Amino acid sequence: MGISRESSTNGPAAAVVSWALDRAARTWRLMRLHPIGFVGLFMVSVIVVLAIGADVFSFTDPNAGDFRVRLQGPGLDHWFGTDDLGRDQWSRMVHGARISVFVGFASVGFGSLIGLALGVSAGYMGGRLDTVSQRIVEIMLSLPDLLMALVLVATLGSGPDKVVLALAIIFIPSTVRVVRGTVLSAKENMYVEAARALGASQLRIMVRHILPNVTATYLVLASSFLGAAVLIEATLSFLGLGVPPPHSSWGRMLSGSASDFAVTAPWMVIFPGLAISWLVIGFNLFGDALRDIWDPRLGRGRREV
Amino acid sequence: MSNPRTAFFLRRLLLVVPTLLGATFLVFLLMRVVPGDVAYLILLGPGADVSNVRVDPEELERLREQLGLNRHIIVQYADWLGDVGRASFGESIATGRPVASEIGKGLLLSVQLAIMSVAFGILMGIPLGIASALRPNSIIDLVSRLWSITFLAVPNFWLGLLVLLIAQRFFDWSPPFGRNLLWDNPTDNLSQLVFPALIIGTALMAIVARISRSSLLEVLGEDYMRTARAKGLSNPVVVVRHGLRNALIPVVTVMSVSFGNLLGGTVVMENIFAVPGLGKLLLDSIEVRNYPVVQGIVFCLAGAFILINLVVDLLYGWLDPRVSVQS
Repeated sequence: MGISRESSTNGPAAAVVSWALDRAARTWRLMRLHPIGFVGLFMVSVIVVLAIGADVFSFTDPNAGDFRVRLQGPGLDHWFGTDDLGRDQWSRMVHGARISVFVGFASVGFGSLIGLALGVSAGYMGGRLDTVSQRIVEIMLSLPDLLMALVLVATLGSGPDKVVLALAIIFIPSTVRVVRGTVLSAKENMYVEAARALGASQLRIMVRHILPNVTATYLVLASSFLGAAVLIEATLSFLGLGVPPPHSSWGRMLSGSASDFAVTAPWMVIFPGLAISWLVIGFNLFGDALRDIWDPRLGRGRREV
Repeated sequence: MSNPRTAFFLRRLLLVVPTLLGATFLVFLLMRVVPGDVAYLILLGPGADVSNVRVDPEELERLREQLGLNRHIIVQYADWLGDVGRASFGESIATGRPVASEIGKGLLLSVQLAIMSVAFGILMGIPLGIASALRPNSIIDLVSRLWSITFLAVPNFWLGLLVLLIAQRFFDWSPPFGRNLLWDNPTDNLSQLVFPALIIGTALMAIVARISRSSLLEVLGEDYMRTARAKGLSNPVVVVRHGLRNALIPVVTVMSVSFGNLLGGTVVMENIFAVPGLGKLLLDSIEVRNYPVVQGIVFCLAGAFILINLVVDLLYGWLDPRVSVQS
């Protein structure tokens, strides 16, 4: 009996916390060897801070137009200029950051966690669950990401929540595939068999013995989805299918009137695109550094896939 | 099946069918869970707000009957498969003509755009990758890596807008409209497609350069490279014949995976540069809920994606005879 009990006397919650703290401390130490990762973290943080404090950082209501100042170039009054309706571009972009950050984290968190649960159970349990889920994964992976996103959003309708759902569905199959692969090798470990021999339940083995083997791979994978999520949301909104008008989204800012007025008011095109690129580069650099630290086996170049 | 490679090929080919069936059924299912079915949307007319327009229920029922929407979904799907078998892919709701002929008109331009993009990506990416790998941490290497990081993140639709903006503002040039086929009107065709292809190509180039760099770096340290040099082969021969060929496998893998992104890229680029290809047709059809056309295009794009992946699997064996064909 004593063998399966935790060495920590404070119960499982404390064990999880100390494990997480230990992990975070180790990551922080290793991160110092990857200055590029810090650059990425900084780039993301800037946007996250702007997104959280959007109401504080914006000077005007992002949707309030003032025709007296329409199509003004960047200046002291309007840092990033104004659009064809006289709305302040800076305020709109700060609020757009909210959409990008929310959609990015929510869709990746939601989709990859479902993928993690499915991947661990399919990989560990095997059998029919595994066969069926693998077929479905194969079918979903046979549809290109953007195509799948277009079809899903066309079905679900537009709105930030719908875009999150559509993106989450897109991230599920690849997460299942990668996680399942890791689980297949992890479950061959002797301690898994030992736990089974001691009479541990399936759930307990999966959570306590298999999951810790998968977390690094999983987190690296999930962080690599963040940039893609931001890009796909921007693309959908640009095509008029993502986040609808009352919200200001970077992709939406580039569609419609931005291209009509591009020649006379280039700032309407330049700034939102720079913001998207900035956030995606930040996510990618940070993800790359995480991968180098946590999962060197994945090797360089894996995350472009 | 005496030859394992043939057996492998046949097995892979047979797997294409259920995957494609599954993918199209998935899309078929999705399109039919939309609140307000096709008949409803036809009666509403394009762009109407679903919430505050009332539709005559009798008329709705009659249209549903006429479109066959009252039957079981499996029957409807089987019906659609019959249309695929007859190579018509059903009828477009907007024009009433066979979907296949609507798709056929756009297909040529889209295929040409895809081929041009891949060509740009490979022609620019591989030399850049080789240059980086041969002189790691040199200026070329640094520039190429920075370039890769940037172009993997910059949204391609934004690049498209910038190109249009610069072309209009400084050169007073805008892309030609309409459907210009290569053999009908080569100048308009190429000037319409060259910028979209270059933009999709830059993203592809970033990936290709990055992967070929890291993969070539790995290969350059192998014993057989030293042997090849010791035989007295010239440096370019060693790098290309012995190095590149072995380094290409990861490049091919990544190319096959990013082919999906490439298809997405063509959808976006066609809409920005007003190229009447499949991607533009797809978005226009989604907007007016012309589901038979959407369904047909998804079938084509998913089919192309699956076939490319099959071809890539077969390429492995040719590139590296050591690759096992077992499962």
